[in-house]
Formats: sequence, structure tokens, C-alpha cells
Amino acid sequence: MNAPPRFALDAGDDARRAPVRLVVIQDEQRPAVDETGEPVVMTMPHLLVRELIALLVFSLGLVVVAIFVDAPLEEIANPLETPNPAKAPWYFLGLQELLHYYPPFISGVLLPAAVILALVVIPYFDINLERRPLAEARRTRVLVRLWTSVAAISALLLGTASHPLWPVLVPLWLVAVLMTVPEIWPRRHGVVGWLGTRSLAFWIFTWFLLATTALTVIGVLFRGPGWAFTLPWRDGIY
Amino acid sequence: MSDAMHQTSTPKLATRLLQNRVYRSIVRHGPFDTNRNRSLAVFSNFFLHIHPVKVRLRAIAFTRTFYLGGLSAASYLILVVTGVFLMFYYHPSVPRAYEDMKDLQYAVYMGPFLRNLHRWAAHAMVALVFLHMVRVFFAGAYRPPREFNWVIGVVLFVLTVLLSYTGYLLPWDQLAFWGVTVGTNMADAMPVLGPPTKFLLLGGTAVSENALLRFYVLHCVVLPLFLVVLVSVHIWRIRKDGGIYLGSPGGEGSTPNAQGPTPTAAAAPEAPRP
Repeated sequence: MNAPPRFALDAGDDARRAPVRLVVIQDEQRPAVDETGEPVVMTMPHLLVRELIALLVFSLGLVVVAIFVDAPLEEIANPLETPNPAKAPWYFLGLQELLHYYPPFISGVLLPAAVILALVVIPYFDINLERRPLAEARRTRVLVRLWTSVAAISALLLGTASHPLWPVLVPLWLVAVLMTVPEIWPRRHGVVGWLGTRSLAFWIFTWFLLATTALTVIGVLFRGPGWAFTLPWRDGIY
Repeated sequence: MSDAMHQTSTPKLATRLLQNRVYRSIVRHGPFDTNRNRSLAVFSNFFLHIHPVKVRLRAIAFTRTFYLGGLSAASYLILVVTGVFLMFYYHPSVPRAYEDMKDLQYAVYMGPFLRNLHRWAAHAMVALVFLHMVRVFFAGAYRPPREFNWVIGVVLFVLTVLLSYTGYLLPWDQLAFWGVTVGTNMADAMPVLGPPTKFLLLGGTAVSENALLRFYVLHCVVLPLFLVVLVSVHIWRIRKDGGIYLGSPGGEGSTPNAQGPTPTAAAAPEAPRP
């Protein structure tokens, strides 16, 4: 009847080495998984009405835009006449902006592939049980590691790109500073406390998000003929 | 017509419409006056069965998800409808494709509106899918057991961008031609695999009529099919994992557990003060 458990309980001090989520279920008891006291409503009508409203408001918004803003249509395609600048659609202008700094193989193939791969591995990589970005007990060692990595990435980017890659470097430094603040000024609560409990994946993703946004905004608004820097309020948007 | 007559005739009409044998054979539950019927409305409906019968109030709050995933699906729906209408007027050949654009602009009834709606919904979808990914990341919803659904989501984002990009060539104007030329030249830069990939995509060495046909087939058939299949798996997995992610039990923002009070229990106004 009472078969011996086929597992061994092992308490480890190091949460990184023993990342176990354990539920001990005693006889005749259910695991305390379900949360109680939670307000629950019927899907019909509560969720369905919300969905309908969202769909209608969104569709109406698009209809209004479609009535008043025309989709661009230029002259018929002419392979002999290259427009200057020849811009890709906006969601690719971040990549096209990267072309300004790196040869096409790096900016068009290597970096996007690396970003997609990084996005795919996020859930398998985000362990971080200690809720600290750099799981390391000693603060000085954390900071040395962080800033060594930042310096190495910065040197790599500055050394290889044909122009200083500010849209990627500035977000990197910003993220590094935000990671440093809770280390030298530890707080339990508030903004600093919140910053201190973000995972490493959070910071890498934030860096990616800021860099992508910066590259795209620059590509859309601040690039003109010959991919030269322009000011949209002075020269218009190309 | 008097009010009294109106009041008596409306329920009669409703009864005739909603209680007859034919209607009840299609919709097999009664009116939504009981929770049983409200449950059946969701439970016995093919299109609504992606939802549970009851949902937690927390899960349907607008500020939790901003409905970004749902609105991505909504924009896809708009794109399919407008896209099918556009297909009635479009020939993927040179220079006919561009002439069809001009027809849509000047000759087809509501042609500009149709094309505008398709174009803006496409841009909206790219933005919404990206924002959905950002929202899901910051919510931490990619964590186990949802790891693989995140991966499917990343693939869906790539598919969305590819769909938008293949559609970008179809008007066959300068914008389309050079936008696609810039993109395919990037693929060309890949060592060894680049030139064959570009050749495969374009059906030649430069953006030509062959490329237009390939992009058309990818845009209208291949990519939408993949997207529908993957979205179905995506939604199915959300459902199997217990609906949208609401944080780990006992974690930030969760409600108190019967067996182990959490810090939020102490913070809640109805909880006894220490």
C-alpha cells in the first residue's frame, strides 16, 4: 500500500544548482495550487462582450484611418531608376539602418538570426532563481563582471562598425547603469528594489527593445538621400 | 402604433425567431437567462470553445493584456477579408499588377478604401504582434510550462513580418520594387547559401515577374496557411496551460491562497491588520 517514494529530497544552499520546484502532497490532500477567493465571471457575456467591443473599436479605428489616409502608390516599378533613398518598409528600417554600420552579411543575416535565436532561447535560459540579474554573492564581483562585459561588447561594436553604433551602445550603457544602481544602493522596495530583482533576461530584452526602437526611429525619420542624417522637421520624412 | 402593442409583439417575434425548431437545431441552447445556458453558449460553440466557460476577472482586465493578442488576430481577420476582395481585382503579372492598382484607385467601387484598409491593417498587425511579444515577455508568461508557446509566438512574429513583406511587392510600384530589392540583397549577402536563397525567392537573379508570382503565392496561400495552423496551436496551448498567464501562484499580484497567505493577503484591504 504505502510504497516508498521514488525520489530523494535534497536541500541545497545554492539555488542555482538545485533549481527544484517541489510540492509535497500528503495523504488525502490536494496540492495548494488553485487560488481561492478569486472573482470569477461567466465568459458569456463578460469576456465575449469585451472582445466584441475591442474588435469593433479596433475595426472602426482602422476604417476611419482607411477613409482618410491613402496607402502610398508610386510610379510603376522601374529597375533602371533607383530612388534615393530606397527604403524598405518601416519594420525593416532598423535592419536597413544597421546596413549603414555593418556589411550586409552581418547586419542583414547574422544579427537578425542572432536576435531570433536569442528570442527563442529566452524561456530555456531564464533560470535566475535568486531574482538577481547576475547570480553572484559578492557585490564587487557582480559589478566587475557586468562592466567588463559591457566594455567588451562596447569595444567589439566600436571596433567593428564603420560608424559608432550609438543606437545600440547608448541603450547598452543605460541598461548597465540601471543594473548597477541596485547593487551600490540596495533597497528592498520602490523603484530601485524593483530594478534589483529583474532577471538577466529582462535586461537583455530591454536592451534589444531600446536598440530596435532607436534603430527603427532613426531609419524612418532621420535618414535621407544617400542614407545621410537628416532632421525630419527641417527636411521632411523620406 | 401604441407602446403596449409594441411591447407585446416584440417578445412574440423573438419567441418565433429563437424558439422554432430550425433555430434550435442550429443553436441548441436556450436564451442566456441561466448560467447553464450561458455556459452552453461558450461550451457548445465551435468558435467560442477556445474560451473556458468561466474566466477570472483579473484575466480579462484590459490593462493586463491590452488585448494585443486578440487584436492581432482581429487584424488578421480583416486582412483575410479585404485580401480576398483584393484578389478578385489583381493579376500577379507585369505590368498588369500595377494597372490593377490604378483600377483599384480610380475604377473599382470602394477600391481605395479596400486597399487602404488592407495596407493599414497589415502595418497594425506587425506592430500589434510585436507589442504582444513585448507584453508577454515583461509579464514573464514565457516561463515553464509555456516555453514552447513562446517559441511558436516568435515563429508567428517572423511569419507576420514575412506576410507583410511579401505583400509589399504586389503593387509593383517603385516603393515595392526597391523595398524588396533592398531586402533580397541582404539575403544575397549570406555566404554559400545567399545566392541560391535569393534565386529561390525571386525565381531569378533580380526582382522580376517571376518574383512577383512567387511572392503572390507565398502571400496569399503558403504563409497564411502556416499562420492559421500555428495560431491554432498557439491558442490551444494557452488554453491547455490554464488561460492567460496571471503570475506564479503566491507571486506578485496573485490572490491569497487558502493554505498559505502571501504578502498580498496582508496588503489587501479586507485582510485583518497585524
